[in-house]
Amino acid sequence: MTEIMNYNVNEKGYYGEFGGAYIPEMLYPNVEELRQNYLKVMAEPEFQKEFDQLLKDYVGRPSPLYFAKRLSEKYNAKIYLKREDLNHTGAHKINNTIGQILMAKRLGKHRIIAETGAGQHGVATATVCALMGLECIVYMGEIDIKRQAPNVARMKMLGATVVPALSGSRTLKDATNEAIRDWINNPVDTHYIIGSAIGPHPYPDMVTKFQSVISEEIKWQLNEHEGRENPDYVVACIGGGSNAAGTYYHFLHEPDVNIIAVEAAGLGVDSGESAATSVLGKEGIIHGCKTLLMQTNDGQITEPYSISAGLDYPGVGPMHAHLCKTGRAEFMAITDDEAMKAGLKLCELEGIIPAIESSHALAIFEQKSFKPNDVVVVSLSGRGDKDLENYIEYFKI
Amino acid sequence: MDSCLRRNDKKMNRINQKLQEDKKLLSIYFTAGYPNINDTATIIQDLEKNGVDMIEIGLPFSDPLADGPTIQASSTQALKNGMTTEVLFEQLKDIRKSVSIPLIIMGYFNPMFQYGVDAFCKKCQEIGIDGLIIPDLPVDVYHEKYQTIFEKHGLINVFLITPQTSDERIHYIDSISNGFIYMVSSASTTGAKVGFGEEQTQYFERIGNMNLKNPQIVGFGISNNQTFTQATQYAKGAIIGSAFVKHVTNEGISNINHFISSILNHE
Ligand SMILES: Cc1ncc(COP(=O)(O)O)c(C=O)c1O
Repeated sequence: MTEIMNYNVNEKGYYGEFGGAYIPEMLYPNVEELRQNYLKVMAEPEFQKEFDQLLKDYVGRPSPLYFAKRLSEKYNAKIYLKREDLNHTGAHKINNTIGQILMAKRLGKHRIIAETGAGQHGVATATVCALMGLECIVYMGEIDIKRQAPNVARMKMLGATVVPALSGSRTLKDATNEAIRDWINNPVDTHYIIGSAIGPHPYPDMVTKFQSVISEEIKWQLNEHEGRENPDYVVACIGGGSNAAGTYYHFLHEPDVNIIAVEAAGLGVDSGESAATSVLGKEGIIHGCKTLLMQTNDGQITEPYSISAGLDYPGVGPMHAHLCKTGRAEFMAITDDEAMKAGLKLCELEGIIPAIESSHALAIFEQKSFKPNDVVVVSLSGRGDKDLENYIEYFKI
Repeated sequence: MDSCLRRNDKKMNRINQKLQEDKKLLSIYFTAGYPNINDTATIIQDLEKNGVDMIEIGLPFSDPLADGPTIQASSTQALKNGMTTEVLFEQLKDIRKSVSIPLIIMGYFNPMFQYGVDAFCKKCQEIGIDGLIIPDLPVDVYHEKYQTIFEKHGLINVFLITPQTSDERIHYIDSISNGFIYMVSSASTTGAKVGFGEEQTQYFERIGNMNLKNPQIVGFGISNNQTFTQATQYAKGAIIGSAFVKHVTNEGISNINHFISSILNHE
């Protein structure tokens, strides 16, 4: 069954029944321009060369695949960490922004817009805009601006204009709405760098392809460590699903690789304060794609909750909705408490302070047991510097 | 006027009928459930009484991507007031006893999708809704999946075009439309820009010269008699949304006649 199923996007922009481009006509020319060009541009040798070069020299790739010895001993499995936290700007987000800024330049765009929740994608976008000398406007929920002051300062230092999203719940979902509205109002010279594997086709596929460098590297790196390319498990946290999409990509059609997707349960899946979309969500339309999303019976999109701003999103990318529906991926939900404890454990055992998003992925070892010889690769999607205040408050440090 | 117009399926859709009238049409958008939850029917009746030709009833959505701050705020408030798809249908259930102009529901796709597209369309037909405008339901998805359902229930689906829409695509949209084409005056969200420059008039002329089978009605950027007159020089009619919502916000619903006569410039 898994061998014949296709988990990649089809030519119409769907993953099974999920995906597509549910956009107002005002956005059609922009999205269509991108759709017609993205694969062509990405296939150009010049583009690839520039992308690879920047990933190497500027981002610092390849990121290490680190065998976490003490963590492995504790949980009795062979645990490897894919160190996206060591990338420039501290998370996997920059893989995508490097790709998209090069895309924007090829398409002749001068003005870059982005949405951000925790500020990681905003910082990664502001960074590549500075690098390329392009104007950068980042939409960020008014509430997140208050919660994530250091990242707001970073974006400003990098020359970006940070615009507060004042509508709705004033968090990531609304920042995304504002960015889309900006794009509607600026249809010619602007490129929208979406920060996750969401949005109208071709965004989920384009973002996934830029992030797929993660699993491409895992393959040869694991071969060096273990003499085989395929781990038994790949594990990643899911906000919109970009680090997960990149971590899974080259394993999607390898049936011996188990895929684990980790969502934020917030205060608990049934608490009413959660972001576990695969459990709480229903099929619907959010930000231009058909996917699973949290909504009322009446089809109004609801506010999620997670201690981790990067996972605090009411939907998942359409690829993940498909992985969930087909059973290709196992979805697990991790609460705030479980994630925070797992984060602290990684500090103690391995000397690595993880982003709270990534801590969710690490927390599965308390819930699920593995065989001693199982090779489990976990995407350590980001570092915890941005979360220090949260950690301080939580652990009363 | 026929005060007890009953739906008759053999009869031409009210939108098509209205489009045949020899006059420029004024269409008004308002957000259902705003300013107060029970204002819906009153607003509709008042608009008709004051000479409005067609009404777009906004079904509020939590995340209205194509709308600017005015309609966003009215939607948020309407949802707070308790507006839902079910409540709206309940409020409209007897509307055809008192109102005979075309009624269109304008809303985003997700609430309709959750209600069930077939059930939604069926309910619209029962009530006497004549058409739908769903900005985020793409033309090809409609064509592939939903057109037969809409047509089965006698509903006209209205598509948008913008200054950036290619001629080829406009012809395609024209070919699957059977009412009017919603000509968005400039690339923008609702309420963002007011008034028309040369760019708009050139665009209106370009569309006018395309010999489309569907008449066009201009929306976005119309707020007063001047812009209404300008727009209807080139098109069959014009739609006012944000400016009306603003009026209702500032003055409540008792002064609708002032607003409408200021647009139509009744002495
Ligand atoms: C470190 C880190 N991990 C994960 C995420 C979640 O995003 P995604 O699901 O797109 O990887 C974020 C988002 O801000 C992040 O900063």
